[in-house]
Amino acid sequence: MEPKTIISRKEFNLKQFFFQWEWMLVLIFILVNTINACLSPYYLDGRGLLSATMTFLDKAFIVFPMAFILILGDIDISVASTVALSSVIMAVGYNAGVPMELAMVIGLAVGTLCGFLNGLIIVKFKELSAVIVTLATMITYRGIAYIILQDQAAGKFPEWYTYLGWGYIGGVPFILVAFIVFAIAFGLLLHKTTFGRRVYAMGTNITACRFSGVRVDQIKLIIFTLAGLMAGVTALFLTSRMGSTRPNIALGYELDVIAMAVLGGVSTAGGKGRIIGAVLAIFLIGYLRYGLGLVNIPAQVLLIIIGLLLVLAVMIPNLKLNLRGKQPQMQQWEERRKIDKTI
Amino acid sequence: MISLALALVLFGSLSLAASPKRFAIVFKNTGNPYGEKMMEGFKNAIGELGGTAILKAPDQPTVEAQIQMVEELIAQRVDSIAVSANDQDALQPVLTKAAREGIKVLSLDSAVNPQSRLVHVNQADSERIGRILIQAVAKMIGGKGQIAVLSATSQATNQNTWIQWMKEELKNPKYRQIKLVKVAYGDDLRDKSVSETEALLKSYPNLKGIIAPTTVGIAAAGKVLTDKGLKGKVHLTGLGLPSEMADYIESGVCEWMYLWNPIDVGYLAGYAADALVKGSITGKAGESFKAGRLGTKKIIKVGDGTEIMLGDPFKFDKQNIADWKKVY
Repeated sequence: MEPKTIISRKEFNLKQFFFQWEWMLVLIFILVNTINACLSPYYLDGRGLLSATMTFLDKAFIVFPMAFILILGDIDISVASTVALSSVIMAVGYNAGVPMELAMVIGLAVGTLCGFLNGLIIVKFKELSAVIVTLATMITYRGIAYIILQDQAAGKFPEWYTYLGWGYIGGVPFILVAFIVFAIAFGLLLHKTTFGRRVYAMGTNITACRFSGVRVDQIKLIIFTLAGLMAGVTALFLTSRMGSTRPNIALGYELDVIAMAVLGGVSTAGGKGRIIGAVLAIFLIGYLRYGLGLVNIPAQVLLIIIGLLLVLAVMIPNLKLNLRGKQPQMQQWEERRKIDKTI
Repeated sequence: MISLALALVLFGSLSLAASPKRFAIVFKNTGNPYGEKMMEGFKNAIGELGGTAILKAPDQPTVEAQIQMVEELIAQRVDSIAVSANDQDALQPVLTKAAREGIKVLSLDSAVNPQSRLVHVNQADSERIGRILIQAVAKMIGGKGQIAVLSATSQATNQNTWIQWMKEELKNPKYRQIKLVKVAYGDDLRDKSVSETEALLKSYPNLKGIIAPTTVGIAAAGKVLTDKGLKGKVHLTGLGLPSEMADYIESGVCEWMYLWNPIDVGYLAGYAADALVKGSITGKAGESFKAGRLGTKKIIKVGDGTEIMLGDPFKFDKQNIADWKKVY
């Protein structure tokens, strides 16, 4: 990998284009689908494949802001708890007589507020790393959800609300349409705007950015707030699919979300990754689960397979660099640290 | 590669026409010995009937995972789905979808709401279980003191119904000196059940008895009471697997407990599923069918839905535990 420079547009290079991680994902995706089709006669069925997206897209909305956060070199492990809190408050609000439309807005607002709080603490207390802050809020947010509902369920939502999680627009699940819209929006934001370019720059060298007049705190705050908002969106869709909510809803989703982003080529070290990769990874994991579910693989074996895939995903880019005689990531890191010191 | 896939798909669909009927069972979570036994019974029944059994259980006891599994089963076009639910209502959309595709849906052990199923296979009368557990604990603690319930998840339908009947039984004036102080939830996870038990003992130092109507919970509570040397001070009863509880019953930490045979619950559900698929029953009250070695079983009306009962709960104590611990 060449030294990182912030330029507005990279020159097109055919060889580089085909050496991208995303092509690897496409290959694995085709492989997974072929294997699935071989294993199960029910796999290659348009309707089944479309409705399968409903089962894994609910959590996928958070992958986009998570990609931003990882590119910054931070992490947010409180997203699943945010989903739970916003879902619980929405349900309790509705059960207390608030109209459903307003309850949904409240749910989104709660998510956004949670994200904003995360961002605020991270920006104000720089000695705390994002993982520690969000670890604390992860426990706090779910704790509040438990205090509100106390191991009980809330729900009995109006009939039309089920459309969010179960409805179709002319044969295409509504959730898939919504997902595509968000994917395009976040893709444009990251790859086509100054804001997105600054996110990459911050992930590569935040000190340099600060000295160049980039308002790093503001950008961080916006991105963590966005993560909260998208957790709220997830809460809307997930709660609709479940028909009711409990404080333990979305348990463990933060790991799934981070796994999807990492498999998509977003580096946890920061500065690297693209939305298209994340999207591919979401469908890759989703269809892998679906396909293995169709042949009724035991749940534990499924976990092992996905775990192995992840290990592979983080290994292959490093192997590739070694094979091509380029600098391994560690050296690159040390070099970056030197630059940091000189500044 | 693609042509190979196509060939396999064609082969698959050809062999499908002649293949035996496929019956799926979805339990609450893996690693639950009670569930393993139930699935074993289901498999035995389907085996006797010449069908194929598909056994599924998510790695976590969540309804999210169960919804996904039912979707996978719909896509496989199984003939019947029997589910032990982690949430009474949340499975409704996906089970209604299955029913629309012509799949016969029933629940066993832990029910889904009546709109989502044709029939529910129940171990025993919920009222009898709830009342018997209170009677047992009252006898153990000598008719007065604080008691607590250690349940599975807060949304487990069967647990909640039993707890309701326990509260109903407690209204009887003869229990006026007994106070139910807390219903704790161990989520059918060993470590959470252990810590919930410890929390109960800490919060209520005068606690006299614990009722754990869940196999994971009662074993965890038995372990905690043994470790803390509380035998005779805090009494324990509930529903448990003889093989797991034998040590505690023999040591006296749990004087006696109840259960039915989970193998039989699964077995009965297998025969009920087959009868539904064959069309010999539709799930309406008053119908009856032959359930293999269990003999003829009747469908009865319970609440808004219909149920098939296995029988009364069975009491396990020092006298009989040695024999039963080898069975299951």
